[in-house]
Amino acid sequence: MDTIMEATKVSFSYDEAPEAPLVLDDISLTVRQGEFLAVLGHNGSGKSTLAKHFNAILLPQKGRVVVGGMDTADEEKLYDIRQTVGMVFQNPDNQIVATIVEEDVAFALENMGVPPAEIRRRVDDALRSVGMYEYREHAPHQLSGGQKQRIAIAGIIAMRPRCIVLDEPTAMLDPRGRAEVMKTLRELNREHGITIALITHYMDEAAQCDRVVVVDRGKLLMDGLPREVFSRVEELKAVGLDVPQVTELMHSLRRAGLPVREDIITEEECAEELCRLLGKGGTA
Amino acid sequence: MTAIRTEHLTHTYSPNTPFQKVAVEDVSIAIEEGEYVGVIGHTGSGKSTLIQHLNGLLAPTSGKVFIGEEDLWADKAKLRSFRFAVGLVFQYPEYQLFGETVYSDIAFGPTNMGLTPDEVDSRVRQAARFVGLTEEKLQKSPFELSGGQKRRVAIAGVLAMDPRVLILDEPTAGLDPKGRDKILGEIREYHQEKKNTILLVSHSMEDIAKNATMALVMNQARLFCYDRVEEVFGRGEELSRMGLAVPQVSRVFLSLAKRGIPIDPRVYTVEAARDEIIRCVKEGRQGK
Ligand SMILES: Nc1ncnc2c1ncn2[C@@H]1O[C@H](COP(=O)(O)OP(=O)(O)OP(=O)(O)O)[C@@H](O)[C@H]1O
Ligand SMILES: Nc1ncnc2c1ncn2[C@@H]1O[C@H](COP(=O)(O)OP(=O)(O)OP(=O)(O)O)[C@@H](O)[C@H]1O
Ligand SMILES: [Mg+2]
Ligand SMILES: [Mg+2]
Repeated sequence: MDTIMEATKVSFSYDEAPEAPLVLDDISLTVRQGEFLAVLGHNGSGKSTLAKHFNAILLPQKGRVVVGGMDTADEEKLYDIRQTVGMVFQNPDNQIVATIVEEDVAFALENMGVPPAEIRRRVDDALRSVGMYEYREHAPHQLSGGQKQRIAIAGIIAMRPRCIVLDEPTAMLDPRGRAEVMKTLRELNREHGITIALITHYMDEAAQCDRVVVVDRGKLLMDGLPREVFSRVEELKAVGLDVPQVTELMHSLRRAGLPVREDIITEEECAEELCRLLGKGGTA
Repeated sequence: MTAIRTEHLTHTYSPNTPFQKVAVEDVSIAIEEGEYVGVIGHTGSGKSTLIQHLNGLLAPTSGKVFIGEEDLWADKAKLRSFRFAVGLVFQYPEYQLFGETVYSDIAFGPTNMGLTPDEVDSRVRQAARFVGLTEEKLQKSPFELSGGQKRRVAIAGVLAMDPRVLILDEPTAGLDPKGRDKILGEIREYHQEKKNTILLVSHSMEDIAKNATMALVMNQARLFCYDRVEEVFGRGEELSRMGLAVPQVSRVFLSLAKRGIPIDPRVYTVEAARDEIIRCVKEGRQGK
């Protein structure tokens, strides 16, 4: 697979002073086209700062970031870089630009020179996929928190970039809304091959990704399959993180002396394993 | 005694326009003093609109709001004092931050209440400790903080006013798991110590199960129910039809029960799930 985003030995600080602490400390990360990646880390660990490096909102002070073959420091490529990597920000209000929902979703497309009929189609599709089609003529500032978040997501979906970076897109959503957003992202990834990088504090969402990266105080602490990363329960807790409820349950059953598998990260696996345990308990 | 009461509260946004929206409809509720209320409901169900009436940020289109025995809107001169009595942490606390430094931001409420500088200082430091903000962060500008850190500052600012009723609109959205558990733990202790009234708006049924005594469920602008948490969670099917999926372990247990395993599906936390499985295993062994 081709590399779509690559950070090489990136260091960054918001403060120019030489002794100021580094927010990103010599981070290297390669994301391949078509990957579905989760980024975890405690508050202030540097996740948003890293994300902003991938569409040239911030530039590395040391090291290099390359996106779709373009160096983010190359000012002439800025437009193409932002076309390649779409970003959903942590606070959707910072993202909303127009006074009508559908105009907001269409905004970037208009700037990209997409023909009107195509814009119409993409905007409607994007709004439907986040369940906000009925609100297309509303004013964004008159929406609830979760509704605004969905509009911000629709705006990026409509752009169809090769890669989408989402900074805690589900933080304000209800459980069904979270599940719907995950489903939409999975479809974009599987059916359209769009690379997804998802920053989240929800461990069950990370468990559904193909790869999990953990950031701790500006450094890359872990990088692997969800099953590998979530098996490191104690280490994760030590850096302010957690594991999915079902993983935690299996660990606590093991600690209580019951013979259950410990590498469980999804609900289905957990139900299977408990069936086995309880079935056996009843018949043995 | 009743801490907060609403009578036929209705709120319509943009009335008499094409976008007219009844966000809260005919809600009558009485919350007793000292209760810890979890407020749940799907996106757009009217939670934020409802709670913004409880300290007078929004005025009812019709109906009434009472703080204790007093009608909130009877005397406009008194509104200010109600804002100190009922502290509200917004869903997007970024808008609540405006101080030059984190310190001055947290100090804003207590200063306005007319406390002495010494008292203000001790309240600021205590509140900052509560939410896990270090001394060094107090001198920073709130705009130089990460998303989760900003949220902590907003919570500290309201805690520092020590309100009789504390309302938090999704305070843990955007916090890392450790931060979430810490803040909810601190709020629980704060509640036990001060015996004040708390309303916690949350999409996490697990957090509500762990903390609240009562649950208030909004559904499509109406009050669906207000009852003890166990009672409300017992209506799992109805809740999930409203989009309020139960926690992961509850879903696993429901599927086990459906497969005919004799297990009690009413668990919401990992601890309760573990205990129930251990009970089942023991019973299975004895059953032989
Ligand atoms: N504009 C800014 N100016 C100065 N410092 C900043 C700025 N934005 C962030 N920081 C600091 O950089 C560090 C990393 O912040 P960042 O926003 O990347 O964290 P994060 O991992 O996204 O956290 P969260 O989970 O809370 O969103 C934090 O310590 C924060 O205080
Ligand atoms: N200022 C406004 N003008 C018009 N309509 C509004 C306004 N604010 C909210 N609404 C609408 O009122 C309804 C209730 O919104 P509210 O913010 O109370 O929901 P909520 O339950 O807090 O949702 P969430 O969980 O997404 O935060 C929504 O349909 C929303 O679109
Ligand atoms: Mg962030
Ligand atoms: Mg809300």
